[in-house]
Amino acid sequence: MSSATSEIEPAAAEPMVFRWHEAEVASVTVVTPHVKSVRLRCGIAGRQRAGQHVDVRLTAADGYRASRSYSVASVPDGSGTLELLVEGLPDGEVSGWFFDCAGVGDRLELRGPIGGSFSWDGPDGGPLLLAGGGSGVVPLLAMLRRRAEVAPNIPAALIYSVRTRAEAIALSELEARDRDEPNFSLFLRTTREGEGRRIDAAVVDAALARIGTPKKVFLCGSNRFASPAADLIAAAGVPPGIVRTERFGA
Amino acid sequence: MRDRRATLDGGGAAPETGLRDKGNVMVTRGFVGRRQPPETGARLPPGQYLTQDFPILQIGPNPAVDLATWRFTIREGSRPIKSWSWDEFGALPRTRWAGDIHCVTKWSKFDTEWEGVTIDDLLAAADMSAPTAYLLAESFDDYTTNVPVADLLNGKAMIATRYAGAPIHADHGGPARLFVPHLYFWKSAKWLKGLRFTGTDTAGYWELRGYHMYGDPWREQRYIGD
Repeated sequence: MSSATSEIEPAAAEPMVFRWHEAEVASVTVVTPHVKSVRLRCGIAGRQRAGQHVDVRLTAADGYRASRSYSVASVPDGSGTLELLVEGLPDGEVSGWFFDCAGVGDRLELRGPIGGSFSWDGPDGGPLLLAGGGSGVVPLLAMLRRRAEVAPNIPAALIYSVRTRAEAIALSELEARDRDEPNFSLFLRTTREGEGRRIDAAVVDAALARIGTPKKVFLCGSNRFASPAADLIAAAGVPPGIVRTERFGA
Repeated sequence: MRDRRATLDGGGAAPETGLRDKGNVMVTRGFVGRRQPPETGARLPPGQYLTQDFPILQIGPNPAVDLATWRFTIREGSRPIKSWSWDEFGALPRTRWAGDIHCVTKWSKFDTEWEGVTIDDLLAAADMSAPTAYLLAESFDDYTTNVPVADLLNGKAMIATRYAGAPIHADHGGPARLFVPHLYFWKSAKWLKGLRFTGTDTAGYWELRGYHMYGDPWREQRYIGD
């Protein structure tokens, strides 16, 4: 049995307090038919490790509040902003506001960054195996952005499962990285077009063959994606203690 | 077999919706929110929303747990005091619980049904009383979480082995998980392998990473300082 608790990141052992900070919408950009990029100006921008999330809180005129967690897509860039990639969900109380209503100058609150377990930075090393389903690619995108800045020599592979190319988040960026970065490979699987293939043993083996023995594996997506993906990665001989997962409902 | 309906500790205490300083509140333009019907709202701790799904949250893959070699061990510090095989554990008195659960990631699920062995019955079977006021729940994937012993006694918690009338699926922490429904659900450690009594309140996996030491959803104790 491998050990999870032996891998506590030194920074995470320090006491931390998450308090709410005001934030302002700096930009809203359509990314895919279902996803918008929202840039938020906030005092906590620039503190995040790649893969961490923030809590977002919205307040209605009568004081009613709702909050949800979102992975941060951006890496610290000195802009004083951070980027969320928000999927417009049919019943999404907070994502619905982002998707249908948010405009430049709107105010909300953030706290974080949160989640040291599912995060990566250059000193954590590699090779890196990343596997994302749908919007689960967002924290992995942040890791790839960080890696390109601080550790481009670390071999990395991303297995990205989406319904269609049109619904893939940051596909042009990922394909450009695959083309331009010699140590990064993208393995795209479209489940509802082309050959209609899901993540399988063949693509896991191909990704592992490209990067060698991984030091860290990050897996993020819906349960429908994450359960089989975790099983396939384990079946390929990856020790469970190096795998970190983040799942969301349904 | 005993049956017990949940009573919600501190139900209705929802200070977060009442604003402390009306003059200084930031309102998000255009945000109305999806108000819950009153009967739902009264059961939701502050900041939570109702889900019909059963989301799965964990730090890594499901560990392989073999019932043939499964053992559940009570320790005081590093010293084992009592342990059970799966068959021996299955012979302990069983209790059913029905009620609501609350995850720190903000979902709540209503009317869930669990069955297992209360900590009271477990300690009685070990012919012991709690030697300290705190413990760490320990899992097969080396996850840990701390809970005050007082929050586990008098029927407040169990080692659950069945959910909704069936063995708990590995995705939800089977074969056995801690079940402490009055605290945020990260305290209900999946794939439980034992309880370790500790002399002091000792932070577990998430508590070392900024999560609250106690985790009362009705006081919205998500993170340190809440």
